[in-house]
Order: sequence, then C-alpha cells, then structure tokens
Amino acid sequence: MTSMSFDELLPLIFIGLMGVSLLVYVVSDGYDLGVGMLMHRATPEERDTMVASIGPFWDANETWLVLGVGLLLVAFPKAHGLVLSELYLPTTLMLVGLILRGAAFDFRVKAKASRKAMWDRLFIAGSMLASVCQGWMLGRYISGFGEGWNFPIFAGAIALALPMAYALLGATWLVMKTSGPLQDKAIEWSKIAWPPMVLGLILISTATPWISETVRERWFTLPAIIAVASIPITTGIALLTVRLLLNSPAVRGALCWLPFALLVLVFLLSFLGLSYSIYPFVVIDRLTVWEAASSPDSLKVILIGVCVTLPVIVAYTGFSYRVFRGKTIELDYA
Amino acid sequence: MDAVFLARIQFAANITFHILFPSISIALGWVLLFFRMKHLRAKDAQQKLDWLRAYRLWTKVFALTFALGVVSGVTMSFQFGTNWPGYMERVGNIAGPLLSYEVLTAFFLEAGFLGVMLFGHRRVGEMVHLGATFLVAFGTLMSAFWILALNSWMQTPAGYEIVDGQFHARSWLEIIFNPSFPYRLVHMALASALTCAFLLIGISAWQLLKGVATTSASRALRTGLVFAALAAPAQMVAGDFHGLNTLKHQPQKIAAMEGIWETTRGAPLLLFAIPDDAARTNRFELAVPKLASLILRHDTEGELKGLNEFPSAHPPVFAVFWCFRIMVGMGVLMLLVSWFGLWRHWRDGWDFAKMPRPVLWLFAGMTFAGWVATIAGWYVTEIGRQPFIVAGLIRTSDVASRVPSSSIALTLAIYVVVYLALLLAYVGVLKYMSETADKKLNAITTVSPSAGQQYQGRGEFA
Repeated sequence: MTSMSFDELLPLIFIGLMGVSLLVYVVSDGYDLGVGMLMHRATPEERDTMVASIGPFWDANETWLVLGVGLLLVAFPKAHGLVLSELYLPTTLMLVGLILRGAAFDFRVKAKASRKAMWDRLFIAGSMLASVCQGWMLGRYISGFGEGWNFPIFAGAIALALPMAYALLGATWLVMKTSGPLQDKAIEWSKIAWPPMVLGLILISTATPWISETVRERWFTLPAIIAVASIPITTGIALLTVRLLLNSPAVRGALCWLPFALLVLVFLLSFLGLSYSIYPFVVIDRLTVWEAASSPDSLKVILIGVCVTLPVIVAYTGFSYRVFRGKTIELDYA
Repeated sequence: MDAVFLARIQFAANITFHILFPSISIALGWVLLFFRMKHLRAKDAQQKLDWLRAYRLWTKVFALTFALGVVSGVTMSFQFGTNWPGYMERVGNIAGPLLSYEVLTAFFLEAGFLGVMLFGHRRVGEMVHLGATFLVAFGTLMSAFWILALNSWMQTPAGYEIVDGQFHARSWLEIIFNPSFPYRLVHMALASALTCAFLLIGISAWQLLKGVATTSASRALRTGLVFAALAAPAQMVAGDFHGLNTLKHQPQKIAAMEGIWETTRGAPLLLFAIPDDAARTNRFELAVPKLASLILRHDTEGELKGLNEFPSAHPPVFAVFWCFRIMVGMGVLMLLVSWFGLWRHWRDGWDFAKMPRPVLWLFAGMTFAGWVATIAGWYVTEIGRQPFIVAGLIRTSDVASRVPSSSIALTLAIYVVVYLALLLAYVGVLKYMSETADKKLNAITTVSPSAGQQYQGRGEFA
C-alpha cells in the first residue's frame, strides 16, 4: 500500500468520490422518495405540506445520482457498461419512476384542481417504482449479478427493504420538518416502517457473507472482525435510539431532528460496511477498480474539476438547506 | 428490427424530448431576470404589478420546464451507457471529463439555486434572490456550453490522439474549442432565444384572445416580439456561418442538406425534391439555379461536393434534406411574423387592443414554432453525422449495446408512451395556467391597493 503511485491511487479516489455521491443520493433522494411513498397515507392538505417540505431540494438531490452514475461512466467505463447491461430493465423502470414523480411534482399544483388527485397518485406510484427498482438493483449489484435460485430472492428482499428504509427516512424527515397532527402521523409512520427496515438491514448483513465468499473472508477473520465489529454495533445502537426516541415526547420538541440524523448515520455506516465488503472490486469478484478505470490523464483532469467545484457545491447546498431550515411553510413562487 | 436502429431511435426519442425543455429554459432564465429587474426598477405601481405578474406566471412555466428537463436529463445520463457502451469505452477519456464538468459546474449550480429562486423569496433578501436567479440562468447556459462542446467534438473532432484504438486527449483547449463549437453554441443560444420568445408571444396572444389578459400579458407579448425580432435575423447570420463551417469540415452533411449527388459547379438551390437513396437521385426537383453555390461559396460558379464522393460514408439524404428545409422555413416564418407583428404594434400606437384578431391567432399558432425549428435543426446535424458517432472516426454500429433488440423495443415503447403523455400534459398545463388568474396575487391587490408596497418592504412579493 505504501508504494502505491498517484496513478494507482486515482481509481481509488474516484471510487470513493462515486461512492460518496451515491451515498448522498441515497440519503437525500431517499428521504424525498420516502415522503413521496408516505403520501398515500396522508390527507390532501397534508400532501401539500409534505411536498412543500421537499420542494426546494429534490432537483439538487437527483443531481447526485447524475454525478454518481456520471463518475461511474467516466471513471470506470468498463464497469458502467457491465453494470447497466445487467440492470437494463430495472434501470429503465427506475427512470420511468423518477420521470413520473419529477413531472407529477410540478404538475400537481399547476394543472386543473380536478386532476390533482391523479398527479398525486402518479407521484406516489413513481416514488414507489423508483425505490423498489433501486432496491432490486442494489441487491443484484451486491450479489455480483449471480445466477441461481437464491439470488433473485435476495434481490427481491432488498427491493422490499430499501423502500422501507426510504419510508423511515422520509417519515423522520417529516418529524423534523412539520408540526402538529402531521408530525404525529409521521411519528406513527416511523414506528411502522422501523421493524421492516431493521429486518431488511439484518437480512442483507447476514445474507451478503453467505452469498459471497469474498465478503465472508473479509468480515469473519481475526483480527479484522474485532475492528470492523464496531460498524454493526454502532448501527444497532443508532437504530435502537431512533426507536426509543419515537416514543419520547422530546421528539415533538427540541429533538425532532435527531431520528433523521441518526438514520443518516445508519445509512453512512451501512455504506461503510458495504464498501468494506466490496473493496477493491467495482463489480464484486469480477472487476477491480484498477481494471475498470479510465486513463490516469483523464482522471486527473476530472479530479481538478472535482476539487474546485465540490466544496462550492457543498457550500451552496448548505446555503439552500439553511435558507429553508425549520418547519415547512407553504411554498409560493414569490 | 435491428438492435442498432432501435437503440438509435430510443436515444433520438430521449434527446428529442429532452431538448424541448432546455431550448426554453436556457433563454427563459434570462427573461425572468429581465422581468425581475423591470419590476424592481419600475416607479409606477401598476407597472410594478404588471412585471411581477409576468414574473410569477413565467416562473411557474420555468419550474415546470426545468423539472421536465431534469428528469429527461437524468434518463439521458443512463442511456449513454445502456445504448452506447462502446462509445465511452473508446472515447471516454475525452467525453468523460466534458460530461463531468457539465454536471459539476452547471447541473449542480442550476439545481442548487433553483429552490432558492423558486421558493426562497420570503426567506432571503432581494439581492440574494436576484443572485440566485442569475446563477440558475448562468448554470443553464453553462450546461449548454459543456454539452455542446462534446457534441461539437463528435462532429469535428480535434485535439486528440489514438493509442491502441483508445482516444486520448492531447489538448483540452482544442477539444473544447473544436472547429464547429463556437458556431453551434451561438446557433443553439439563438435557437433558445427564438423558442422562448415565441412561447412568450404565443401564450400572451392566447391570453388576449381568451379575454383573460391583464396589462401584464401585453408587456410579456411586447418583450417576446422585440426579443424575436432581434434574434431571428441574428440567427440567419449565425446559421449561415455555421453552414459555411459545416461545408469546410463535413461536406457530406451539406451535400445531404442540399440534395447534391454529383459534385457540381454552380449548384442550384432545391426548393422541393424527393431524394431517393436507392436510385441515388432526386425526384420532382424544383430548383433556383446557382443559388446553393452562391449561398455556400459566395460565388455563382462555386463547386459543391456531391454525395457520390463519399461512398458508404454519407448520411441518409431524405431526412437531412427535409429537416433542413423545415428548419429554414420556420426560421424565415419567425422572422416575418416577429417583424410584421412589431411593425403592426408600432403602427397601433403600442396598443395590443388594436391588434387584429387574426394576427393574434397567428401569434398563438406560432407558440411552439421554436420547438419545430430546433428539433428539425438538431435532426439535420445529428442524422447528418451518421453513419458515424464520432465523425469519420467511429461508426455508430461499432459502439452499440449488446442488449437484445426485444428489450430495447420494450423500453422504447415505455419511454415513448411516457414522453407523449408528459408532452400532452405539459402543453395542456401551459394552456391552463395562461387562462387562470393568479389568485394569490389578486387577493393581495384587491384587499388593499398599497399592499404591494407593504409586501415589498418584507421582501415577500417583491
């Protein structure tokens, strides 16, 4: 490791950047997809507030997906071709879901009032379709696109678990961004989404080593196991704290942000665990980062752009969240 | 059907749908900035309200347009890989950085500040909001800059070297500012100006026709007319320059646009013809002698290369030939309508109430004229690049995906249905928004005439 040249390091930097982009995407679009799915349980007035809570952010949230996939495309073209050919149909369906919800988001308030319910249904359906497809894609990706009876079941389980995780994230987002009856509802929704999400996470964590020998060796050998055990332990503590908080009155007051923040931590830890499982592969057991990477010269050109723009992007994203901090008020094109 | 053809149709369907929205939003962002400035600078209370009303309506149009642009753009970022995996494997070292710079410098800028621009006015100061509006407009233009740099590079590749079949960058300056890029950028920016101007003209005219117009519609209509009257002749000049540039670098594209099979001196300009690829000739020609040579060579006896000079390496002629005529025809029509409209409006003493209804109907009929011209123009340049994906270097069929054609056909059908439905909804909602009054704004102004001033103070509706 110590003798790694900068050219050899570049693919690692890029897999890191890509991973971070996709993590930011999963967390940020995760909460707004979650809010979208939860809308089927809300009244029309509540739906307006829910949409208003994500309104200023969703465009930028989806841009992280473009960046993540863009980095995969430009930094690891071989992996991009392989992954997207394997996931051709779910990718298309996910995109249709994203198209429907993005369009419905704007149409629902601008079209005739009588059509609003239809656009709401499309918004909810689009959110669900996109989440389920992402879950399926994640499942297929983790299992290295394996063939056999157990792989579709594994992917299918994640296709159900990821929407639940999004729903929980979305519900805790609403706990943070709303007040009154809607906040009460959001707390209830969080309680409903919590068990399947936790179950899904346990399932993935136990099934992945079972499905892949590479992962099994990585996690269950001494002394690595002692060091990396902190990941599942911290995750467990965070999830339990979320559940306890949901029962406490503090969540309606000063600590309304904490369940959401803890869930972001859970996503971060899951991401770290997953990265640890897969490294140094881009596609597990098939393609390493070095085999898949573009030429160092191009990567350097992109890296300069990333170094200059990423801090700026983070700064103005922070600015936007600051402008729209606090409880959600009605959106208006003022 | 053959998988490459299906993949091409699918990608074409996606970029056709996508370009509809940027072609409006690139210019509309700047128009919004203009409305906002007029509103801030206006002294008269009624004028102030008019510009505000225009700003609010067109901000909604912008939001809707932008959202559809984003979702179709996300799809496109995936289709590069799903439809043309070989493209990135071979030219990824050049296309990759250009695409990443687009996402990093433009896409994020637009999306990041859009929230503040659309919904943030009650929460930030006037100058911050104006700044956000500027950054969104600027980001949209930057987006066009990078994506057109890549597109132009595919038309007129420069600054590269090929090592073992892989493309590597030699000079980024030459890659970005490749020979056709400046022309294409100006041509597209003006196309967006015209598309946006005619949308302003058409929708405002529709409001006047339906009797739902306020004095604000007149201001938007006038803005559109002036904008179009300036952009249309500029576009003709820019188009001419772009054509000369294409003649220099892609003569086979010009030959297809003009339907010239054999290399000719003093080539005629064909007003009508049915090019026949199989027989390698044109049927039912209607021509103006020597005009094509005059336009392209600025000399009646100038020589133009014919398609037969490029065996198996020239684009399909019929589509390129006709799309070019549609584009030019729409361009001329837009020039005539905008100049006539402005002249008539001046003669009426700048009062749209005196504008004859048939003229208003003409305006309304031209609402989407810019779309027709823009799409026809893109078809000319993109079909005109075939059978290559990177002109003269890589054939499209060599980089296509190995996904079975049945999968492509299925997803193509899904995309087409979704796109058509959304396009209908978009046009329907534009119509609906233009016909319904801004209830919130009315409520404010009817409660108290000075409310505008008070809200101004709190930065709420200013």
